[in-house]
Amino acid sequence: MSTPANQGKLAERAGMLPAALFVAAFLLVPLGLVVAYSFMPANSFGGVDPGFSTDAYRNVLYEQRLDGSFRLSAAYLLIVWRSIYVAGLTTLIVLAISLPVAIYIARQVPRRRTFLLLMVTIPFWANILIRTFAWILLLRDTGVINGFLTALGVISSPLPLLNTTGAVLVGLVYTFAPFMVLPIYGRMERLQQSQLEAAHDLYANRWQVFRHIVWPAALPGVVAGSLLTFIPCLGSLIAPELLGGGKQMMLGNLIYRQFSEARNWPFGAAIAVLLLVIVALIGLVQVYLARRKFAGKVA
Amino acid sequence: MLDVTHALELDLVRKTYGDPLHGHQALTGASFHVKDNEFFTLLGPSGSGKTTLLRLLAGFESTTSGEIRLYGKPIQSLVAEQRPVNTVFQQYSLFPHMTIAENVGFGLKMQGRPAREVAARVEEMLALVKMEAFRNRRPAQLSGGQQQRVALARALAPKPKVLLLDEPLSALDLKLRQAMRLELKQLQAKTGITFVFVTHDQEEALAMSDRIAVLADGVIQQVGGPREIYDRPANLFVADFIGDNNFLKVEVLSRQGATAMVRGAGIEAVQARDAAQGASQGTLMVRPEALHLSAGEGRVRFAEKARVLADIYLGNALTYVTALPDGTHLNIRDEDARRAAKPIAEGQTVEVWADAEAPMLFDGAGK
Repeated sequence: MSTPANQGKLAERAGMLPAALFVAAFLLVPLGLVVAYSFMPANSFGGVDPGFSTDAYRNVLYEQRLDGSFRLSAAYLLIVWRSIYVAGLTTLIVLAISLPVAIYIARQVPRRRTFLLLMVTIPFWANILIRTFAWILLLRDTGVINGFLTALGVISSPLPLLNTTGAVLVGLVYTFAPFMVLPIYGRMERLQQSQLEAAHDLYANRWQVFRHIVWPAALPGVVAGSLLTFIPCLGSLIAPELLGGGKQMMLGNLIYRQFSEARNWPFGAAIAVLLLVIVALIGLVQVYLARRKFAGKVA
Repeated sequence: MLDVTHALELDLVRKTYGDPLHGHQALTGASFHVKDNEFFTLLGPSGSGKTTLLRLLAGFESTTSGEIRLYGKPIQSLVAEQRPVNTVFQQYSLFPHMTIAENVGFGLKMQGRPAREVAARVEEMLALVKMEAFRNRRPAQLSGGQQQRVALARALAPKPKVLLLDEPLSALDLKLRQAMRLELKQLQAKTGITFVFVTHDQEEALAMSDRIAVLADGVIQQVGGPREIYDRPANLFVADFIGDNNFLKVEVLSRQGATAMVRGAGIEAVQARDAAQGASQGTLMVRPEALHLSAGEGRVRFAEKARVLADIYLGNALTYVTALPDGTHLNIRDEDARRAAKPIAEGQTVEVWADAEAPMLFDGAGK
């Protein structure tokens, strides 16, 4: 039956069509290709040969000795672990920096808020490669920081700043801070001043107001910001490549290498699938936690 | 008078925003007291300084100068969380992520009371405002009136010495607002806690208060009981702000004690209570319900001729809008005229009588 209501629904669905086609063509198909490639034999000149093979996945955990036998190897697992560790640490640092910033901005008068939010987003105006190169200029042995410290006489030989995990962290924190500031700001903006006053009025000190009022209000923003930071960090390529000097390899670099220098597409695809699985697991945990919280509210 | 400790005493309390000398004066030297166990109202139009005053009492803002004493102890150096007063906010400001019970128990929890005591007090408070059934709900699941009750319970739970209420009824619809007036009044009597209530609604103030402070432009205009403020306004502002009124330009003919003989265009020479401080000209105030269309005991003739322009019928009251010969409007709310079978037609001329004690003379020009 064609009631106005389901006509509306039909129109709504028709409106979704372009987006659905786009997702199918440019997300699902390539993703399917990645999964397919990961189960095919490698062609030594790049690309894949027809057939089915699980070699790529075996390579994640085992290395092949010269005699053809396989041995358990932690080399790639270490990269997985380092990726999770660096992404996690980045998220924590970004959170520690962004939370006070977001709270501060939300408490300003509207005009100043707009200005400060603009300031937060300014780094987006420059290309990420250029911004990362700027960090190289700052951090390298003959760079601005070492030069300044040497001139001051604080140090006699340059500090090894570049090509360290620290440098990678700096680059990632710098890149992702806005992704944490904006969602937390969104929550803080909605927190009424009178709620803070009510809490103070009811004998809460500053710390208690933060713990019982501000933090619960910010939490959805913190979760969103953490996902927006952690997930792209996990697969980040540019910061570990340029600031880590390629030594502190992360999943992004590993995948990149397999498709370029190493010419082992199936292995690169397998690592990409692995990354996807990690991200999907995080997503599932988040959905589970959100559901549980929602269920708690209703009960 | 040392044996009488007032709930609140304010001495020349001043609040200036921005520069102390040239900034905006939100409150200029307010001095008054609130008695123990009193329902006290701060009444004034928006921008009058009533909310500023309440915020100074709560500790959300600090005084520029002056002293505030709570049961004899100066409190202006204490921050909000140190003051044994609690506030009911205009928009209730319940904590959205907490249940109703958690909201009500918040103050006690912050005071570090044992969980069992908190739980018992929460139940007591929820029973007081008849919200026991909602203890596990969240604020968003409640209607405005229900949130209002929870806000009251939350503020009363820690047993404040003074409860501050910032226009708590303004967000409710008329029926609910009227019902809540009575409930608030009963709640105050039941708990024995001193209430300081802020409103811009004069009817609300008259209906509930033991005493009222009328504010305008950051200045306390008058402090007194509802009857006193209505019948003996201290100045033209109060006379105009509280209730309906007629204002007429008059000349002073003679003075004797607290009364003055005055005359104005189109009205008889009448006696008025003199609040004009010796001025030879002034404004005569007379309330519409003190004017009548017939003579009677205790009435004096007020105007010989007034032309009926319109009648405003409100069911329980009938007001004739009339014009004196010089064009000045005179509103007359006569109970006999309301009961009369037939209203007086527009354009007819009537004779106006006034309650002899009613007219009051003020210094300065009316509106």
